[in-house]
Amino acid sequence: MNRGAIIEVKNVYKSFKSVHAVRGINLEILPSQFIALLGPNGAGKTTMVEMIEGIQKPDSGEILIMGKPWKGNEKEFRKIMGLSLQETRFIDKLRVFETLRLFASFFSLGAERCEEVMTLVGLEEKRQAYVVNLSGGQRQRLALGVALLNKPKILLLDEPTTGLDPQARREVWMILKKLKDASSTSMILTTHYMEEAEQLCDYIVIMDHGTILKEGTLPELLGKSSADMEKKEEYTGPPRNLDELFIELTGRHLHE
Amino acid sequence: MIFLFVHCTSYIVHSIMKTTMLKRITNSPLWQLILANARELLREPAVLFWGIGFPILMSLGLGVAFTKKKDVTVTVAVIGRNHLVHAPSDSVSIIQTFLMKNKAVLKAGNDGSLSRELTVPDEKLGGTTYIFRDMSWKKAMVMLKRGNLNLVMDEAQGRIQYHFDPMNPDAQLTYLKFSKLMKDPELIIRPSEAEIRPLDVTGTRYIDFLVPGLICMGVMMSCMWGVSYDIIEKRSKKLLRRMIATPMKRSNFLVALITVRMAMNFVESGLLFLFAWLVFHITIQGSVPALVLFFISGNIAFAGLAVFLSCNTAKTEIGNGLINLVSMPMMVLSGIFFSYHNFPGWIIPVIQKFPLTMMADGVRSIFIEGAGFSEIMMPTLIMLVIGMMFFTAGLKLFKWH
Ligand SMILES: Nc1ncnc2c1ncn2[C@@H]1O[C@H](COP(=O)(O)OP(=O)(O)O)[C@@H](O)[C@H]1O
Ligand SMILES: [Mg+2]
Repeated sequence: MNRGAIIEVKNVYKSFKSVHAVRGINLEILPSQFIALLGPNGAGKTTMVEMIEGIQKPDSGEILIMGKPWKGNEKEFRKIMGLSLQETRFIDKLRVFETLRLFASFFSLGAERCEEVMTLVGLEEKRQAYVVNLSGGQRQRLALGVALLNKPKILLLDEPTTGLDPQARREVWMILKKLKDASSTSMILTTHYMEEAEQLCDYIVIMDHGTILKEGTLPELLGKSSADMEKKEEYTGPPRNLDELFIELTGRHLHE
Repeated sequence: MIFLFVHCTSYIVHSIMKTTMLKRITNSPLWQLILANARELLREPAVLFWGIGFPILMSLGLGVAFTKKKDVTVTVAVIGRNHLVHAPSDSVSIIQTFLMKNKAVLKAGNDGSLSRELTVPDEKLGGTTYIFRDMSWKKAMVMLKRGNLNLVMDEAQGRIQYHFDPMNPDAQLTYLKFSKLMKDPELIIRPSEAEIRPLDVTGTRYIDFLVPGLICMGVMMSCMWGVSYDIIEKRSKKLLRRMIATPMKRSNFLVALITVRMAMNFVESGLLFLFAWLVFHITIQGSVPALVLFFISGNIAFAGLAVFLSCNTAKTEIGNGLINLVSMPMMVLSGIFFSYHNFPGWIIPVIQKFPLTMMADGVRSIFIEGAGFSEIMMPTLIMLVIGMMFFTAGLKLFKWH
């Protein structure tokens, strides 16, 4: 066990009736580390992060936040966590600023923090817009803003850029990069975009069918893999990027 | 008007917000939740229509329909010879003489048939228009069976004979009115005199019965759709899940929702009453503070029920079904539009235990019978207990995601 880890996931299992969503996952996240859970749809990413978020309970295994379990510490954990769910729809007829105000109040924060966050996620111009009238990218930035209100120590983002066009995606990345530079936050981000994992995260965990296929830093992943692959006949050199790595690991594309 | 009110209050609140005390209130989760719910509600035009416009239209429609004296038209079949047009002077019938003398208007129908119409105005009971038509006995029977006429006349040996179903009160009424007219044709120009005094003292009219019922129905519907449906929708949007992933107190969420709904119900009911007071001169005969207390307890009963109904499902279709399942029987049975005392005796004690019946009976007793605190004490307590029970059970079973 790593004493410095802010999140520890130990041998966690979770099933829904006959579906084994998560099958024996182990993870450790260090302070101010950014981790990507990378995997195709149905890999178990959402189930895994929601268990870390305390929204779902594992069938077996253990999840510790700063060395402590969820049970009995919920109040404390909620205060230091920020998150965005895979699909949340906020109240349609509430304005952007009003939505931030509402969520800020849960953390005993006032209007000033909402102003800061609005600037941070670049929604100043949409301040008075109804949530229902926002574009996909603006909605994701609002969700991100809500997640950042309490300056979370732990940030958990479930597919924050899925469905966005490249421009909107890059805007979200810029915000997260700034956050990384401030280095007071640990983040787990799920995605099925290679580029996102490469760009934002120090450590990448490749998941499929509820298990971890491979994990490491980007150079590690690409390097180790080449050693394994040398035995194979059709070997054409080390994978140049995660896309190729994923195909090598599973024999299929990530976006299928 | 409500918009204006909200704007004014929020303006006032903002202008004094510099005080830290008020800042603490406006930053509080409960206040922000209340604001969010109120904004959501007031920004939905459909809500304003169903909550305010619809009950008022309904009271206007039903109130006018049942308050105004109705003019009726009855068809009377005349059997045998042609009574309606001029006949050879040697064989003038009694009916013919009567119709000529009183200037019954001759009319031709599309099919070439002739009829005579005679209108007897009546200020107090409503006028009656008789349509006399010549026809064969066979045709008269067909029309009688179809309900197109209820009185058949023929004439033999200088006497009029009336044929009708004595079990049919309408037929009896037509017979009584018309035979009286035959004896005293003067009634046509000298309508019924002062001996009839229509009872339209406040409190005894249909509208007096209807408006309290509509108020209670409004509260029920508003809680069912406003609380139940709202919760289910937020659950299906995963908004509840997102909210409890913050330090938000779960009870605050429900308290805010119910508070806003109750305030809205006060406004809705108030406006309906205001309207009925202006148009139909409805009054509250009993104690107003008792009414307010009773109204609140009714709101709590339905809000509790609504939380219970919505505690477990994330499917709006299921919510829809549940709401209808609970509210429909009450709307039909609880005597909102017509007294439930017309139902069979065995079912009445059951009906009386429905929350809507309890509330409607109570509100009516204050409005019409002049009831006060002592009369509504029991139902107030019962409704509070119902509300609390359902609320507690609902909260126990409540699924936040
Ligand atoms: N609440 C649930 N009930 C039943 N099956 C579920 C539920 N949540 C997830 N699953 C199943 O678990 C598997 C993993 O899902 P998920 O964690 O959402 O994957 P990902 O987020 O990687 O797309 C999928 O097969 C999904 O169908
Ligand atoms: Mg997912």
